[in-house]
Amino acid sequence: MRHPKRAVWSAGQQEFAGALLDAGQPVPAALTSHTARTPTKRFAVYRNNIVFGLISALRTRFPVVERIVGEECFATMARDFVVKHPPLSPLLMFYGDAFAGFIATLAPLAELPYLPDVARLEAARTHAYHAADAAPLDPLALQRLDADALVAARIVLHPSAHVIRSPHPIVTIWAMNSGAAELRPIDGEGPEDALVIRPDAAVSVVKLPPGGAMFLKALASGLGLGRAAAIARDDQADFDLAANLAVLIASGAMAAVHPTHDEVTEP
Amino acid sequence: MTLSPARLPAGAGVGFKPQHFDDILDGEQPIAFIEIHAENYMGAGGPPHAHLRKLCERYALSIHGVGLSIGSAAPLDRGHLARVKHLCERYQPASFSEHLAWSSHDGVFLNDLLPLPYTPETRDRVVAHIDLVQTTLGRQMLLENPSTYLIFAESTIPELEFLAEIARRSGCGLLLDVNNVLVSARNHGTDPHDYLAKFPLSQVGEVHLGGHDVQSDDTGAPLLIDSHGSSVAAPVWQLYEQVIARTGPLPTLIEWDNDVPDWPVLVAEARAAADVLDRARRTQAA
Repeated sequence: MRHPKRAVWSAGQQEFAGALLDAGQPVPAALTSHTARTPTKRFAVYRNNIVFGLISALRTRFPVVERIVGEECFATMARDFVVKHPPLSPLLMFYGDAFAGFIATLAPLAELPYLPDVARLEAARTHAYHAADAAPLDPLALQRLDADALVAARIVLHPSAHVIRSPHPIVTIWAMNSGAAELRPIDGEGPEDALVIRPDAAVSVVKLPPGGAMFLKALASGLGLGRAAAIARDDQADFDLAANLAVLIASGAMAAVHPTHDEVTEP
Repeated sequence: MTLSPARLPAGAGVGFKPQHFDDILDGEQPIAFIEIHAENYMGAGGPPHAHLRKLCERYALSIHGVGLSIGSAAPLDRGHLARVKHLCERYQPASFSEHLAWSSHDGVFLNDLLPLPYTPETRDRVVAHIDLVQTTLGRQMLLENPSTYLIFAESTIPELEFLAEIARRSGCGLLLDVNNVLVSARNHGTDPHDYLAKFPLSQVGEVHLGGHDVQSDDTGAPLLIDSHGSSVAAPVWQLYEQVIARTGPLPTLIEWDNDVPDWPVLVAEARAAADVLDRARRTQAA
C-alpha cells in the first residue's frame, strides 16, 4: 500500500498522547478497562513510567549536579525539565543537552552560579563517551618535525575532545563531587577551562592551562600550530606553548598531525 | 524482494548489561545469544561498541528496538530508521525486533511503549510501517506482542487477530513475550491460555520471558506491571512450558532490565529456560 505521508491520529489517540505529560488533564474518555470505566490508576502507570524513566536518564547523565543540589531538589528540577522539555529523539543517552540552560533559568539556584557550567561539563562527558574511536598520536610524531614544519602543522584532535570554558572553577568542583579529588572549601577561585576527552575507554576531565581553550579552538578550526599559538597568546599573555602541547599529548587529545608547507606564491 | 529471516539459535539468551561484561566472557557461559536495545548502541564509538564487538565474536546477537514507534499514526522517523539500518549493517545480527506500540508523538519521544487502538486503519498503518522497515533493512523483523493496562473504546479488532493479520500481510515474524501475555490477560480479565491457544506459533522467531510487579487498580482488581525487574514468575514458566511442548525449542530470552541482578542469578534464569528446551528436545527425539 502507499506509505502514508501525514499523521492520522484518531481523536482517542490524540487525547491519550496529550494527557500523558500533563498531570492536570483528566484521563481521556477514549480509554477504559474491564473494571473501572475511568481507569485513573492504569493511566497513571503510563504517566509515571514516562516521567520516572526520563528523570532516571537525567540522574544517570548528571550525577554531580544531583550530588551538589541533593536528591530531592534534583528530582524537582528534573521533573520540571522533563515536562517542559521532553526528548525529541529516542537516543536517551543524549537527553538533557538543554538541561544546563534550564538550570540557569531557575532563580532558587542563582546562589550556585557555577551549576549550569558543571551541567555542561557533565553533558560533554556523555558525548565524549560515545564519540568515535581514534588512536591517540604517538608523542614522537611531533618531535620528528623540524621547527618550520611544526609551526605550519595542522593537528587533528581526537573525535571525543570537548572544551568547556567557565568563569568558575568547574573542573575542581566536578572533581570534588565525583570522588576524583578531596573536598575542600573553594572561595573566590578563578575560572577553569575543561578538556573532556575519551582517548580509549575512560572519559577524563583535564584542567587546561592558560590560553589552552583558545589554542584548542583554533586548532579545531584547522589553523596551523603556529597561528593557533599566536591567537592563544593574544588572548592570554601567559600562554605557554610547550605546557599546552604537553597537556594535549598526555591527555590523548591529538589524533593526527599533518605537516604542511607554505605554498610558494607566484612572483 | 527476499527478506532474510530471523535466525537466532534455539537456546536461552540474556539481555546484555555492561556490568556483566567480564562475567559473560569468563570461559564458557550457558547462553546461546545476547540481546541489546538498539538505541543504546547508536553512538559512534566508545565502550558500548568495544564491548559489543567482543561479545559478537562469541555469541549470536539479537537487536531489539524501542524507538521506531511502529504503532504510531505518524510516518516512521526516517532518520531513526537509517540509524537502525546502520546498526544492523555494522553487526549483522541474527534477529531484529520491535514492538507493537508507539513511543513518539508530534516529534516528542515519550520513552514508553504506548498502546494503540486496534482498528482496520491502525492495522493497515502498522503493516505499511513494517513493510518499510523490512524493505529498508533487507530482513524480516519480529514484532512483539504488547503488555497493556487499558483498552481503547474505539478498538474493533481483538489483539490476537490484529497481530496475526499483520504477520500474515507483512510477512514479519513474531516475538512472543509470554510475560506480556500473562500481564495483559490479568489486566483485562481474560484467559492467557486462550490467547496462547490461538497464537500463530509457527510465526514465532523468539520468545521473551521476564518479571512483573503486582499492584491493584482503582477497583482493587489486580494490575500487573511489566517491570522486567525481577525473576520470571511461576505462572509464566508454566505458560512457557506449554508453548514449547507444542512448538519444540525456540530461541528464548530472559529479559531483566531493572534492578539487574548479579550474573549468577541471571544465568540461573537462562539455565531454567534451557532446561525446558532440553526436555522438549528429548521428547521430540523419543
